[in-house]
Amino acid sequence: MIATHKLTLQVEGRTLVRDLDWAIQPGECWSIIGRNGAGKSTLLRTVAGLRKLEAGAVELDGRKLDDWPLEELARRRAYLAQSRTDAFAYSAIDTVLSARHPYHAKRYWEGSDDHQAALQALAAMEVGHLAARDVRTLSGGERQRVAIAALLAQDTPLLLLDEPANALDLAHQVSVTGLLARLCRRERKTVVMIGHDLNLAHSISTHALLLRGDGSWLAGPVAQVMQPALLGDYLGHPIEMIEHGGRRIFIPFEDHHD
Amino acid sequence: MHPVHHAARRRTTMIVGSLLLAATACVLFSGVTGSVTVALGELPDAVAQVLHGRQDSLAASLLALRAGRALTAFVTGGALALAGVMMQALLRNPLADPYVLGISAGASVGALFALLMMCATAVVDGAALAGAVAVSMLLYLLARRDIRGGVAAEGGTSTLLLTGVILMSACMALVTLMLSIAPEGSLRNMVFWMIGDLAGTPLRVLPWIVLAGALAFALRSARAMNVLALHADTARTLGIEVGRLRKGLFFVSGVLTASAVTNGGSIGFVGLIVPHACRFAFGPDHRVLIPSAVLAGGSFLVLCDTLARTVIAPTQLPVGAITALIGAPIFLYQLHQLRK
Repeated sequence: MIATHKLTLQVEGRTLVRDLDWAIQPGECWSIIGRNGAGKSTLLRTVAGLRKLEAGAVELDGRKLDDWPLEELARRRAYLAQSRTDAFAYSAIDTVLSARHPYHAKRYWEGSDDHQAALQALAAMEVGHLAARDVRTLSGGERQRVAIAALLAQDTPLLLLDEPANALDLAHQVSVTGLLARLCRRERKTVVMIGHDLNLAHSISTHALLLRGDGSWLAGPVAQVMQPALLGDYLGHPIEMIEHGGRRIFIPFEDHHD
Repeated sequence: MHPVHHAARRRTTMIVGSLLLAATACVLFSGVTGSVTVALGELPDAVAQVLHGRQDSLAASLLALRAGRALTAFVTGGALALAGVMMQALLRNPLADPYVLGISAGASVGALFALLMMCATAVVDGAALAGAVAVSMLLYLLARRDIRGGVAAEGGTSTLLLTGVILMSACMALVTLMLSIAPEGSLRNMVFWMIGDLAGTPLRVLPWIVLAGALAFALRSARAMNVLALHADTARTLGIEVGRLRKGLFFVSGVLTASAVTNGGSIGFVGLIVPHACRFAFGPDHRVLIPSAVLAGGSFLVLCDTLARTVIAPTQLPVGAITALIGAPIFLYQLHQLRK
């Protein structure tokens, strides 16, 4: 699906990721894990084609990212930014419909199939009742779900999400990430997301990429990579793991002796 | 509920159709209003005469004279409103207007210098255009990273906005300087030019060509402008060439502003208030906003200009004073409606 070769990311002279060789197959669900400033968002933006490459290459379906026409690329991968600002009073359905742009070619108006896709996406995110609302009046969590609905309406095989669980309440964190996992399993979609909740990441991801922020990285299946010792090393804080009802739960180690 | 696709299309046709009728009515209203009123009964005959290129009756020649000026007002207002819509989409800021980047201030420097030198009207127009072009070029050079955009880390347009604001201040300083050293004889002309005045502006073809070209560009980019207004830099992931679109918006709105300012001086508020009012009434979708703003902007300036030449006739007021007097309260009203 998507692969990086010897990808190196530098921000203001600091090397965040060095020589990343990363191959993602269809149907895989990846979580990128690392501390603040470790280069998670920078990596995702680079893979989305929003950032110039310093060194190395990113290929989608065996073709270099720069060689893709933008509109064709927009039908292959969708990207959810970490945050957004709304300057104008567009309605929620307008923002979702705008994600159908790559399918419009030269048409001036959307077709009924676009409306169908937009309404379905809003319903899947449980925000169908907000369709006509001005996006600037939505709460943070509602706005986030509308943004994810737009991503679903774009209907691409590859989804890149920067902190999709941001601002969502607990129930929606579980339902939204569960939906993403289902998309991977049932529709063979590929998901790459950033998240800070290790338990959520562990329960839905098939693979994980750990970034330390000093250039080193570790990629592999969840069972191999999400080990307490490794996570503790990459996150810079000791992590303990307990088994509960057949699930692995990660908790940060706390020292109560001082 | 939300409008379904054919409903949106029908709604747009309705809006544009009604505004087109309103615009025609405004031009005719302007044609019959003045120190000598053309009676409504004489109107059909006078219109027919003017359309056939004859002006046998007094009514027909009055109509031709006033409608000519009204058409100039219309093309100027339409251009300003369209430039405003584009500038607001470019800067993703509903408070932007065509003057915010200092393009009109550059035109003012050029025009006022020509007026100071007692040049002919054509030279003044040329100097205004040169000033606008010079500021645009400078702005593009200084803020080209913002305009190209797309792959920048932050991807905002704050450099462009700040550069524009500073260039405008510099131009306004030059304007003040020229006004302070101007002899009494040219001062009145200079002040009127600054406020914006349509008296004595001939009906030209070029502004119509500029407006038509810009409108065609805007309508073709309308969907992309929606995506840009909604998603800013990530518009690229939806297949929009953000850099190319920004460049297009910058240049086309610059040319529109230069054309409008050359035509009627720096008439304020039209480029700010009309896009605002249209967005308020018809929604932010650029596919509706662009045609409606052009028609509403044109009509608004026609009405303001009619007021300017009739309210204390025979003295003619500069139309810019009228647009500001009407525009400021309307804008404040809308702002407080939005805040509720």
